[in-house]
Amino acid sequence: MTRVLSYGHSLPGLKEKKLPGKLIVVEGTDTAGRSTQIALLREWLETNGYAATETGLRRSELAGTGIQKAKRGHTMGDVTMNLFYATDFADRLEKQIIPALRAGFVVLTDRYIYSMITRAQVRGVDPQWIRDILGFAIVPDLILYLKVDLENIIPRVVNSAGFDYWESGMDFLKGDDIYENYVRYQTAILNQFEALAEEYHFHSVDANRGVPEIFADLRDAIQTVVGDMHGHAGLSEAPVRRKAKPVLK
Amino acid sequence: MATLPDGTPLRGKLFIVEGIDGSGKSTQLDLLHKWLLSRGYLVAFTEWNSSPVVRQTTKRGKDRRLLSPASFCLLHAADLGDRIEHQILPALQAGAIVLADRYIYTAFARDVARGVNREWVRAVYRFAVRPTAAFYFRVPLEESLQRIVGGRPELKYYEAGLDLGLSGDPYQSFRLFQGLILEEYDRLVEEFGLMVIDATLPLVQQQAQVRKLVQSHVKGAQKVDHRPWRAVLAKEGLYGRYLDEFQTGGEEE
Repeated sequence: MTRVLSYGHSLPGLKEKKLPGKLIVVEGTDTAGRSTQIALLREWLETNGYAATETGLRRSELAGTGIQKAKRGHTMGDVTMNLFYATDFADRLEKQIIPALRAGFVVLTDRYIYSMITRAQVRGVDPQWIRDILGFAIVPDLILYLKVDLENIIPRVVNSAGFDYWESGMDFLKGDDIYENYVRYQTAILNQFEALAEEYHFHSVDANRGVPEIFADLRDAIQTVVGDMHGHAGLSEAPVRRKAKPVLK
Repeated sequence: MATLPDGTPLRGKLFIVEGIDGSGKSTQLDLLHKWLLSRGYLVAFTEWNSSPVVRQTTKRGKDRRLLSPASFCLLHAADLGDRIEHQILPALQAGAIVLADRYIYTAFARDVARGVNREWVRAVYRFAVRPTAAFYFRVPLEESLQRIVGGRPELKYYEAGLDLGLSGDPYQSFRLFQGLILEEYDRLVEEFGLMVIDATLPLVQQQAQVRKLVQSHVKGAQKVDHRPWRAVLAKEGLYGRYLDEFQTGGEEE
């Protein structure tokens, strides 16, 4: 059961006090390994008998494409960007996350309001304003924070898609040295995450290690959260690491 | 004086017209616009839900009926945010008179009528520039229903408030929704000191009231020569035929 608790004013029309699913957030900065871990966790959950689904920023039916377009044109100011992302988040919360929780799913979300808050704060947006706007967010059952050091991010960035305009803070930092700006921006983001880790009770996981080590930690943390779901999910015994039995006797 | 949310004064002036559909506010704003131009002021105009960055998403949301009270509210806030950042604030910094057809009060009235928390919607719009003055064109419910339904027989889904489930009948729903909006507007008049104009008065009288108030605020606003070629026409005995073409082509927005 997820206790339906919002950080601020709850969504208009949301009456339920409890939902049978679980909301699990995976947070972390650029290239911290969120997507890989979510893909593994989702499969692991499903293999062990839990219905799992995932969502992430900019994936709403309503605002996803609009944000993509605006980002491509580099045309958004801070206020617009925050409100546009908040729209996207509201739509996903109402159309994807809450219905899935209602149906008893474990919902894995790739970033949540914390990424939006760090990004806004680094850009000098009023910290209370962004918290007020996103106050309708449901408090998750678990916030997994992939904590990674800057020196470990850089090689991963170079090795993957390269330095992203927004992930380098090019929209507001001075100068056109993208490497320099990436370092400055990510340092600031990591500091903000540290502060939020305390404020919002993150479960921090050392993500400087290899994929298997990180996965093991995340899996263990999730296990403690989904452990009480058996009855609700229609499972009678602990499903963890159970080998499939042959159907025919 | 228009000010930033933290109270910093801006050089320009920001005037707002508010009121439900069919209250005649756009006509009044248009008359005000022309008058200010004729007085030589630098004037910028902006209207609700018109940001080039956000508008497409709003249209998508309405066409596909994707909008909830929360996302409806946030999306309209994003729209105003973009217009403030790219249009309204720069114009005010340049000392212009900015005229806005609907502003935050429209959101406060409509979103709360949709069930959004009153405090939250005010927090969402905390970024907005504080206007110099805002006019509310008040029209009684029955009168407004007649004006709108009479002129446009087909009511749109969100316009009629059908998303609220107040009634399955578009007209009944519209009536109830407009009633809720009017109630909120009355509350806003008190809270924000909106200047109430009786929208059942003759147009000319309403405009006189608007101009009187605007006039008391526009001192110091930036002026601009709207016809800088006038002297050439007079001196050379020209008609300005091609200028007319150029002007009508350029005024499109």
